[in-house]
Amino acid sequence: MASVLFYMFAGLAIGGAIGVVMAKSPIGSLLFMVTTLGAMAGTFVLLEAHFLAAIQIIVYAGAIMVLFLFVIMLLNLGHDYQKDLKGGAFAVISFGITGVIAGFLARELGTTGIQDGPGGASIDALIAEHGAVGAIATELYTTYVVPFEITGILLLVAIVGALVLAKKEV
Amino acid sequence: MEPISGMPAVIAMAAKNLGIFTLVILVVAYATYAERRVSAFIQDRRGPNRVGPFGLLQPIADGIKNILKEETLPATASRLFFVLAPIMVLVPSLVTFAVIPIAAPLPTPWGVVDMIIADVPIGILYVLAFSSLAVYGVVLGGWASNNKYAFLGGLRASAQMVSYEVSLGLSLIAVLMLAGNVTLTEVVWQQQQLGMWYAFPLSLAFILFVISAFAETNRLPFDMPEAESELVTGYHTEYSAMKFSAFMISEFGHMVTASALMATLFLGGWDLPGAWDNAFWYNGQLISGFAANGDPILANPAAWKTLLTFAGFAAKTGFFLLLYIWIRWTLPRFRYDQVMALGWKVMLPTSLGYLMLVAMTILVLDEVGLHFGFLYGLVLTLVSGAASVACVFFLDRGRTIAGAAATASQKVEIKTIPTAVASVHAPGRH
Repeated sequence: MASVLFYMFAGLAIGGAIGVVMAKSPIGSLLFMVTTLGAMAGTFVLLEAHFLAAIQIIVYAGAIMVLFLFVIMLLNLGHDYQKDLKGGAFAVISFGITGVIAGFLARELGTTGIQDGPGGASIDALIAEHGAVGAIATELYTTYVVPFEITGILLLVAIVGALVLAKKEV
Repeated sequence: MEPISGMPAVIAMAAKNLGIFTLVILVVAYATYAERRVSAFIQDRRGPNRVGPFGLLQPIADGIKNILKEETLPATASRLFFVLAPIMVLVPSLVTFAVIPIAAPLPTPWGVVDMIIADVPIGILYVLAFSSLAVYGVVLGGWASNNKYAFLGGLRASAQMVSYEVSLGLSLIAVLMLAGNVTLTEVVWQQQQLGMWYAFPLSLAFILFVISAFAETNRLPFDMPEAESELVTGYHTEYSAMKFSAFMISEFGHMVTASALMATLFLGGWDLPGAWDNAFWYNGQLISGFAANGDPILANPAAWKTLLTFAGFAAKTGFFLLLYIWIRWTLPRFRYDQVMALGWKVMLPTSLGYLMLVAMTILVLDEVGLHFGFLYGLVLTLVSGAASVACVFFLDRGRTIAGAAATASQKVEIKTIPTAVASVHAPGRH
């Protein structure tokens, strides 16, 4: 059952990723991207990373991609994209590089097997004690509190920077 | 008693799926009937009363009519997305009901059945994830119609839903902090343990959540995306027959889910007053509470308890549905900039400030070592009540609640036009 679901989600994710590049209209690309994100959330659920799956949908599919959709529709983009595409040699080189990277990743992950790590049992115990969200929150706000807060400040700086750039000259 | 397992569990799961979704669809159908009858009552009319006794078969007649009607496809519409949009808005509005517990666990000869379709460990996050996807259907429907009014409606929908999702999430965090977990079964259980429903200890979060839920479901006074006096009917202007019906069903589906969610988070879900119906899975046992020395007390579930608690849940959900309809036919629509200003300048700061207040109160109460029970809730009720009163009075600023008396005390001068001038300038005064 789990492997059937895995192949379904993996196929959807890869099909969606191909669709993002192949779709004719930007709106189509965007919907394919949402499909990919959703399918990846599905694989996260199969890995019992429920919280990650929910956050993937809420933040990426539900907020960031909606903003993309908003911008694409507002500017009515997507009528003259053909001339931006580079064909021929460029396509061969980019497919080649992607293929090599994918091959290396498959060899690395395929031989060692990430599921063999020692973490499984202890993670189960953590979830039983704190719940799916509590288990992550405990780590995030105790062990990794400094990097977490620094990331928050980084995002704040980015927001303020965007505001300064977008502000009209007075 | 043991939880149900094996083949009976599969059958129970199938029965629950079928039963609960049929129930939701039925409630959605009769919510449209209720809306028309209640609006008629409010406006002193009769409403639909011809099809069946009291017009009770009206939703079925409407359904048949919508299926038989001609489907139109605008010539310049984007075909694929035009068909896809109603589906994309209908599915999220119905699947969110899967994580809401509707009654106390039901004992059967094969084991105890939980009255919830899927008790997923992320609970409320699942609801947020799917409700955030609903906006795609609305925006796509508006865009694919290739119609200015529909497009404006779609853009408004996306801006409004993104804005109010923030305060919705923030007011939700207060509930999650007090419950200590995100699953809805645990939220219900913690309300039973506290001895009071969260509407009291978290009153301001309750108010903010109800307002945000109205905005998220695009209901009046927040129905900007389909404001019919400005945008024809907004994003579904070009839709007809069953596709239009799909948008209506999803709007009412969102209302039903939001009502059930408000009942679960703030009015105790299926919990009824008293400890007789408390039930929760703790270390594989169904318990009803803890003894003074910390030992779990076993619960004894019964069919009549399940039925009674389900009636309680239905009554609470029905109350919120009625509130939705009642407000729609009472309040006028906001202006678009007012909706945005309320969302970002009032709701967001208020919910952030309140979140910090609740967090501090909970921290202090835990540090003092107060037992999680009635007194604990009472302290929180007092703090939240003060915050709510302050917030409401700040928002009101002597307009609605204080009414005419406040206007008199503020000495607002009403400038009257001298009668001689008025009779000259005003047309048709002779």
